[in-house]
Amino acid sequence: MTFAKTILGTAATLALTSGAALADPALIYDLGGKFDKSFNEAAYNGAEMFVKETGGSYRDIDLQSEAQREQALRRFAESGFNPVITTGFSMSAPIAEVAPDYPDTKFVTIDGFVDPETHPNVLSILFSEHEGSYLVGMMAAMASESDTVGFIGGMDTPLIRKFACGYAQGVLAVKPEATVISNMTGTTPAAWNDPVKGSELTKAQISQGADVVYAAAGGTGIGVLQTAADEGILSVGVDSNQNYLHPGKVLTSMLKRVDVAVAEAMTKGEALETGVMVLGLAENGVGYALDEHNADLVSAEMKSAVDAAREKIIAGEIAVHDYSSDDSCPVINF
Amino acid sequence: MDRMPAWADAVLVPLISILLAALLSALVILAIGESPVEALLLMVDGALMRSTGWGYTLYYATNFIFTGLCVAIAFHASLFNIGGEGQAMIGGLGVALVCLFIPFPHWSIALLVATGAAALFGAGWALIPAWLQARRGSHIVITTIMFNFIAAAVLNYVLVNLLRPAGAMDPATAPFPAATHLPSFHDMFATADNPLFRGSPANVSFFLAVLACLGVWLLIWRTRLGYEIRAMGFSESAARYAGISPVRITVITMLISGGLAGMMALNTTMGEAERLVMNATEGAGFIGIAVALMGRSHPLGVLLAALLFGFLYQGGAELALWTNIPRELITVIQALVILFTGALGNMVRVPLERMFVALRRRAS
Repeated sequence: MTFAKTILGTAATLALTSGAALADPALIYDLGGKFDKSFNEAAYNGAEMFVKETGGSYRDIDLQSEAQREQALRRFAESGFNPVITTGFSMSAPIAEVAPDYPDTKFVTIDGFVDPETHPNVLSILFSEHEGSYLVGMMAAMASESDTVGFIGGMDTPLIRKFACGYAQGVLAVKPEATVISNMTGTTPAAWNDPVKGSELTKAQISQGADVVYAAAGGTGIGVLQTAADEGILSVGVDSNQNYLHPGKVLTSMLKRVDVAVAEAMTKGEALETGVMVLGLAENGVGYALDEHNADLVSAEMKSAVDAAREKIIAGEIAVHDYSSDDSCPVINF
Repeated sequence: MDRMPAWADAVLVPLISILLAALLSALVILAIGESPVEALLLMVDGALMRSTGWGYTLYYATNFIFTGLCVAIAFHASLFNIGGEGQAMIGGLGVALVCLFIPFPHWSIALLVATGAAALFGAGWALIPAWLQARRGSHIVITTIMFNFIAAAVLNYVLVNLLRPAGAMDPATAPFPAATHLPSFHDMFATADNPLFRGSPANVSFFLAVLACLGVWLLIWRTRLGYEIRAMGFSESAARYAGISPVRITVITMLISGGLAGMMALNTTMGEAERLVMNATEGAGFIGIAVALMGRSHPLGVLLAALLFGFLYQGGAELALWTNIPRELITVIQALVILFTGALGNMVRVPLERMFVALRRRAS
């Protein structure tokens, strides 16, 4: 069976060569997809930043199914990739499962939480999304003329409710009488990547009077921003700086510096310190985006008010309620 | 006789369909500048050349066997159950409830009870569409597909608001107690110096799936109920004339079908994740349709087709890991196989039949 031998031989060679150079970092995107122009893409941009700055290389995978989570972790760890960086809270349970089997590999879960006591080789990176959302909520309220603003979430999860709750608090801090309309795109992971539904929800909110909408919905947000621009209202982007998508139509973007977190983790490589890292306003882990595309939309008054609130949140003078701390929100019902 | 021999219909048609699909996939891979030969070798190497690969292939196959049987048995009564997805989700809820709230002493007892719960919940979810079809004539394709969405919403509500441990982000239940963990192939077959199936999710529920194949075969071809199901599938009016109640058969068939779909959750929920996650079914209910079509609604065919799709899923994962072929393209390849084997079966069958008839004429 020479043919079989050839196949086996080639397969073996492939298996060896695909093992890649030692200790390159690996990156695993969550099910929303690598090019969602938002959360996962921020991670990808961080990885590209690392390549540009250090000349290093990395390998990444776009997951297709739940069972691949553990599979990708194991295959990367077995092939010597270090650290293995993952995006999305759904990765924390598989990491907790896999990490003890590969004590020499460091795992990073962004948005997820793995107990550092029991898993010393895992770094959990969390963001204070409610603080960043509070700031863009203030801006939305100031920009709104109808005193009605919208929120469109992706899949209805505690994380997205955390965004919505922070946003609503920011809105009401500026205009206590304002109305916040909140909709979730769906209840399945498909809700992270459904721009058509995002567009429909935006139209529905516009018909209810909203003139600023905030999309925290991964790829679905593309549809929200598009429709908002088409219908002549303002929108707020999320995770990555999405101002450039519709210059002059996107009020701002709630930045979640996943890119910086990824680039830093990759640069530190095997020397990465593990544990728990919370990135909030004080650490510049979250914030709002200001660039040439929205400079005309953000008034000086708006900027000074938001910057003052930012300082107060950092100083602890304003406490933004975190939905995930007690699974409830004082200002908005889900 | 102007028909082709049965073996050609059962073996040649699917085989040629797969080859055509493979050929087209190769062209697609070529078009994006990757080597189809290398891609195939990677898939074979990753899915079949190592025990962990088999562990994944069989894990996916287990899902597809259950959902394939679910669709196949409904086909025999000429019912088109597209609701396997939702029935499996609700089946998963049944599994989660018994695993979380009943303190089991041993996994074998847990498996028995959870199987019952999964089948019961899945069947329960199929009951309303079945009854609506039987009594009201509401088309089962429409109702079952709508029930998929209702199932997703119900599951989401239960996971986010009722079963999620406090403070957790993930819409999922707490991990099941250790006593309910099913032995994986690694636990069963690995020895100290030969760590077979390490880290792969295939588990004891695969054998349950094979048993289910046997059970469905016995039911369809060896029992009175199976005869009634097939009779109704061939002609409802003839079945009614023979004293078979279409209402009764419709409801019973759909209950069995939903029960089989529900049992899929044993594999994903109890076997792999060991907790109930939101996305536990991930389209296996729909793949079941392709599996049943390709397997010609015969349990053996379903088993083989499920293995092929298991291979495609695991091989696709390997492609995603080690090549730059984007995941959308891997879905395209899987879809081509479904298209050719499921939807375009006649494209191959008709010319093949003509060829056989022509050959026979020449011979005679």
